[in-house]
Amino acid sequence: MSTAIQNVSRRGFLKGMFSAGAFVLAVRYLPDVAFAEEIARDVIDHAPLHPSVYVGLETDGTVYIVAHRSEMGTSSRTSVPLILADELDADWARVKIIQAIGDPRYGSQNTDGSRSVRDFFNPMREGGATARLMLVRAAAQQWGVSPDECSTGLHQVIHGPSGRKADYGQLVAAAAKLPVPAKSEVKFKPRSQWRYIGKGENPYDLRDYCTGKANFGLDAKVDGMLYAAIAHPPVLGGTVKSLDDKPALAVKGVHQTTTIETFKAPCVFQPLGGVAVLADNTWAAFQGRKQLKITWDNGANAVYNSGEFKRQLQETARKPGKVWRNQGDVDKEFATGKKTIEAEYYIPHLAHASMEPPMALADVRGDRIEVWTATQNPQAVQDSIASALKVPKENVVCHVTLLGGGFGRKSKPDNAVEAAVLSRKAGKPVKVVWSREDDIRFDYYHTVSAAYMKAAVDDKGRPTAWLQRNVFPPIASIFQAGAESAGPGDMQQGWTDIPYDLPNLRAENGPAPAHVRIGWFRSVANIYQAFAVQSFTDELAANANADRIQYALELIGPPRKIDFKALGVDYPNYGGSLEEYPVDTGRLRHVIEQVAEKSGWGKEKSGNGLGYGFAAHRSFLTYVACIVKVEVNTDGDISIPRVDYVIDAGTVVNPDRTKSQFEGAAVFGTSIARYGEITAKNGVIEQSNFNDYQVTRLPEAPRQTNVYIVESDAPPAGVGEPGVPPFVPAFCNAIFAATGKRVRELPLSKMDFSKTAKS
Amino acid sequence: MIQFKLNGKQQSFDGDPSMPLLWYVRDIAGLSGTKFGCGMGFCGACTVHRNGKAVRSCSIPMSGVAGQEIVTIEAIAGANGLHPVQIAWIENSVPQCGYCQSGQIMQAVALLAETPKPTDADIENPMAGNICRCGTYQRIRAAIKQAAGVKA
Repeated sequence: MSTAIQNVSRRGFLKGMFSAGAFVLAVRYLPDVAFAEEIARDVIDHAPLHPSVYVGLETDGTVYIVAHRSEMGTSSRTSVPLILADELDADWARVKIIQAIGDPRYGSQNTDGSRSVRDFFNPMREGGATARLMLVRAAAQQWGVSPDECSTGLHQVIHGPSGRKADYGQLVAAAAKLPVPAKSEVKFKPRSQWRYIGKGENPYDLRDYCTGKANFGLDAKVDGMLYAAIAHPPVLGGTVKSLDDKPALAVKGVHQTTTIETFKAPCVFQPLGGVAVLADNTWAAFQGRKQLKITWDNGANAVYNSGEFKRQLQETARKPGKVWRNQGDVDKEFATGKKTIEAEYYIPHLAHASMEPPMALADVRGDRIEVWTATQNPQAVQDSIASALKVPKENVVCHVTLLGGGFGRKSKPDNAVEAAVLSRKAGKPVKVVWSREDDIRFDYYHTVSAAYMKAAVDDKGRPTAWLQRNVFPPIASIFQAGAESAGPGDMQQGWTDIPYDLPNLRAENGPAPAHVRIGWFRSVANIYQAFAVQSFTDELAANANADRIQYALELIGPPRKIDFKALGVDYPNYGGSLEEYPVDTGRLRHVIEQVAEKSGWGKEKSGNGLGYGFAAHRSFLTYVACIVKVEVNTDGDISIPRVDYVIDAGTVVNPDRTKSQFEGAAVFGTSIARYGEITAKNGVIEQSNFNDYQVTRLPEAPRQTNVYIVESDAPPAGVGEPGVPPFVPAFCNAIFAATGKRVRELPLSKMDFSKTAKS
Repeated sequence: MIQFKLNGKQQSFDGDPSMPLLWYVRDIAGLSGTKFGCGMGFCGACTVHRNGKAVRSCSIPMSGVAGQEIVTIEAIAGANGLHPVQIAWIENSVPQCGYCQSGQIMQAVALLAETPKPTDADIENPMAGNICRCGTYQRIRAAIKQAAGVKA
């Protein structure tokens, strides 16, 4: 992965090749753009000095850095350019960030998998170091000295022996005439000289966020655009049987209605289908949609009922499934007559519910398309629209706005395809606005899952055999019709990499069909796999009457790197190499030992409405240990006065933003645990808005979340997602510690904790 | 014809009187700082001030603003360009995605106007109506206390 990306970044040396056509396109075909922004490739390629696709310098010293990843709240738009600025020794105050359009020249722009910093750490450094070397050489040439005698300070080149200094701006013109140095000549700064990495900066858009000036997708507008609301088929795959749109057309401000064809399976990122109402403003479009008289053919997914489906999942989980990891012989051990412990866990479907609902604005002119959308994946927008409208991908210009949350939902650009289809039909720019009801009812849901766990324990309560099985409709089902089984990418997320040092261990997965669109959701399979493993660990520790942390450390065993080859496990490791990013139980042990110390573990006794819970989990190459403190009152209300996280994410670029991701992960995990549940009845989703799909609000959020970052020289790992998986079981384990009630099914809102504490 | 004031400027509107104020603010007045989150008054992203009180603009029909003074996020700053609540928000680096923050700030400004030295309970009740899916609540609480000059 990293090699390919570096090659892509080198393409920037072919100056102008990719920009000329694009610039013409932007000017000729797309006038009347009120939502003004610069196209990154034009700004960079027209800057006098632009030795990489990610950076351009102006003669006044302004440094343009491209943010090619999407900003949805993780600060990738700040932290990734900050790496380049550091290597360039640029003054952050003189850096302007330009958001990239979708363009393969930047490498992957799919902002998911907690990998923006990880995948682009070295490409960014390379861009900065190359520019810095050229500025040094330009200065040395002007001064008639050896470049070896020159160094850089803040936005300037310094000649040590003479003390001469030159601002970058003064050197840009001369540097631009120099050949771009070969990669072998470019050297990175030593870690000790890092200026921003490890210290961080505030979000680039911080002030705009606080003044209402930040432009999100829903704020995009172009002259003459229509607003569209779409009545989607209530059941996935349903079609329009009959339509009476006269009452809708009678609504003031409504221009027209148009039918969108239902996708042919697999759905991938195609539109759901339905009937669109195009109007002068959002309200008129919503009102018009209400007046549509549609009879639907619900199709095959009308069989989907969540209660029945749950029972099927649980039955499948009790039966042998496909074996993904196998050590020793659990069956033989279970047959020895030792005490066995079984438990089942269940988490329902979840909806992303980002605060900004999905949207897209598209302007189709002939075979040229310009689109503005809050997307995590602009290249997928290009691909999906190109495929739907049968135009070359290069004809689709995708502008990426700020995202009002993403959480994985906005990696799927079905809404952008809707806008393009409608714009072509209407002959005008069209902005598709999903209401909150659309968002909740027609999401790419986090999958529903059941797990069955069984352990044999010795007379001290330590497991001698461990069996784990789970079942869930896989994400693969949106790409391959009828797909029912997990793949290595699902199993890697806390199932095949269970870090326990046990002689007999087996991990299995069974099949389950999908009846709704299944999609990536912050932390993905780690959520339910960590929930099962970390809850079951707590159950075994409780059975052994052992200290939870000591018990977990014993299960993990001595520091070592898990040898997946020896285990016969296909372990994708989130796309990272196992040499660079091993599964290192030493690092896992360290975060656990640290969180026990930082949280004051064991100083206060759990019970009678007060409880501490623990869980630890590696995901997205980052090691996280979490301790949650809960208080449960006699009415059964649960509050969370304190959460402690210790994380080892390797090299951390932006510590405060990293901490904020974990603070947020604790709240996101609280929502999953307290309320998260999407259900279907006859294929129709039963929830619709924040009244029946609740998320955590301020009073019930963790009151104080402390995040401690382990100092590390290891390569950077993920920070956006790894905070969620351990939080959920740690929270539920804390509830058990406080009340004696074990949580095996979420959400908690279905359980009654009243009278578990003494008044 | 509905007459009202938006950020100090007189407005007249002769469209659908049942249209929520939110869509007038966003689609007609072109002020995009006020956000659409749920359309039902559940999330607070659309919070504006009506005669100084925080209200959900998605749930107030245009007929309900006749003769009223409406203020949006774009107009709360003083002469130095930022309201003290906005300064506290920046100093605590509150936002993650930022989408809900206009509404959070509008709610917090109204809260402090009514309760200049709020306790935790004083903060929790009014702020419970504003959802932040990124989960910035801890910093929201800290920023409100900082703006109020009360101990964290």
